[in-house]
Amino acid sequence: MKKNIKAVKPATKTSLITYAIVAVLFLIVIIMDATGAMSSLFRGLLVPICTYAILAVSLNLVVGILGELSLGHAGFMCVGAYASAFFSVLTEDTITNAWIRFPLALIIGGISAAIFGIIIGIPVLRLKGDYLAIVTLAFGEIIKNIVTVLYVGIDSKGLHFSAESSMALGLEPDGKNIIKGALGITGMPKDSNFYIAFAILLVTLIVAYNLVNSRSGRAIMSIRDNRIAAESIGINVTKYKLIVFALSAFFAGLAGVLYSHNLSSLTANTNNFGYNMSILILVIVVLGGIGSIRGSVISAIILTALPELLRSVKEYRMLVYAIVLIAMMIFNNSEKTKNLRSSISLKKFAEAKLKTRKGGTK
Amino acid sequence: MNFLSFLISGVSLGGIYALIALGYTMVYGIAKMLNFAHGDVIMIGGYMAYTLCSTMGMNPMIGVIGSVAVCTLLGVTIERFAYKPLRTAAPLAVLITAIGVSYLLQNLALLIFGSAAKSFTSVVSIKGISLFDGELVVSGETLVTIVVSVVIMIALTLFVNKTKPGRAMRAVSEDKGAAQLMGVNVNATIALTFAIGSALAAVAGLLLCSSYPSLSPYTGAMPGIKAFTAAVFGGIGSIPGAMIGGILLGIIENLSKGYISTELSDAIVFSILIIILLVKPTGILGKKISEKV
Repeated sequence: MKKNIKAVKPATKTSLITYAIVAVLFLIVIIMDATGAMSSLFRGLLVPICTYAILAVSLNLVVGILGELSLGHAGFMCVGAYASAFFSVLTEDTITNAWIRFPLALIIGGISAAIFGIIIGIPVLRLKGDYLAIVTLAFGEIIKNIVTVLYVGIDSKGLHFSAESSMALGLEPDGKNIIKGALGITGMPKDSNFYIAFAILLVTLIVAYNLVNSRSGRAIMSIRDNRIAAESIGINVTKYKLIVFALSAFFAGLAGVLYSHNLSSLTANTNNFGYNMSILILVIVVLGGIGSIRGSVISAIILTALPELLRSVKEYRMLVYAIVLIAMMIFNNSEKTKNLRSSISLKKFAEAKLKTRKGGTK
Repeated sequence: MNFLSFLISGVSLGGIYALIALGYTMVYGIAKMLNFAHGDVIMIGGYMAYTLCSTMGMNPMIGVIGSVAVCTLLGVTIERFAYKPLRTAAPLAVLITAIGVSYLLQNLALLIFGSAAKSFTSVVSIKGISLFDGELVVSGETLVTIVVSVVIMIALTLFVNKTKPGRAMRAVSEDKGAAQLMGVNVNATIALTFAIGSALAAVAGLLLCSSYPSLSPYTGAMPGIKAFTAAVFGGIGSIPGAMIGGILLGIIENLSKGYISTELSDAIVFSILIIILLVKPTGILGKKISEKV
């Protein structure tokens, strides 16, 4: 038995442990639901928790695996949310079965976000470091900005677009104005539920782990560690960067679909699709550990559930996040703390002891 | 006449962007880092003047001096505690720390002053002028902004080019190691850069809040990002570049507000940033940086 466990590759072991943790949490939720031990507050948190976990894992692919900072992640979520909400409102009367409509909405949301990921990725990925970060931020803001002035309606002649007002659409009397500028989209069917959200989280995890442990994953990590060396052994940097970017956008789009179908009206503002959301996802990723997929899931659960459960300190939540973010970065990257950590590391201590003893017997 | 009025207010807004962009560009040139919290220093400067003048009823001049002093101190403190430990760290780590500092300042302001926007009393008491029989009205704030930003830009250019600390700053931005060997105190020079940048941010914040009198914890975020755009536009690391970039960006923003769409003006400004970075990544006056293996 012991032999069998050892035979499993460490990478596989990591992913299996994560799947096990997520499965146990799922079972706990199911049992709590069945026995009625779940409060309505907690039930309302289930979909957001899955949404944030998906967002964090997908951002971690870019930040942790590819090693580039993207500050426009909420923009992709916005694209997914709007595209899918538009589809759902449009087809609510024709496709009445939510089990057909919602998967379609998910596919549409994910793919449109991925398309945006590629469109944005092709120019952006020529840049690196700070410039890449600021351009992704700019793109995120542009997407949010355009969505708030966009009016789309439909009548028997087809789709009408406008950037001014509902009146400018020139709809026929029986036409339907679906995207109403700053008022957003209203009347989405409430299709997302915990089971679907959980299934998508699981898919995200499986894809993320399989990517990391694949040949492509190793290529991507080699770009992160040394781009020039990776390029010189024939790795196509742009191709792999684009793969990660599109994949990350795709899952952010899925998260957007879950988010929008959990609300009755969808509007774009700084806190849900703007800069603040992108930063919040980044905080989740950094707190969970950059590059650790399991960490992203765990910290998404903690950071989403904790402020709701501790209502009394809710005002201080953002402040604490900010301090934690700074403290983590300094603790992990400063010269002094690095030396401190290596000096108090038990393993090193034991090795040093062993060496002196050997020296002594001579 | 409309065009002229858009142009003048554009130059005034551009002057504010240029002052903020100078802080970005100087810090980037010397510490090779993107100080994301710079925009929030503007906001703190605005709140400081608001507290001194509107709440405690002091003379606007004391408000100006107080807010510049507090922001200078704040800039140096941030550098000492958040950025200095990370001198040798990866750029990504420094950038995330800077985002953390920005987040911290915003949320501190949110806790202390609340989320409701405060109406800022202008620190400028000069009356506006009207030209061409009242067809063109230029407000006092616009005039003061243009004059102050021109004076500061000239003073800064002289400081950097003619004085000893200014020469030290240029030396550190050129080559930190060599500057240290020549006896330049690198840490003190970096601290000085942060102090000057933050003082300029405070001035910009006061001018901004005087022209657009609404103050909230998020006031600084957008101008901060736009000023960064301006710094990139002009070529990051270059002081004249930041000035030109700032003024051009202010004019572009105001003209697009006037002739295209108010809601889309931000999107237009950001599109310009993206186009510049893709076509000429080093900006108008930037130097070409070659990558060492």
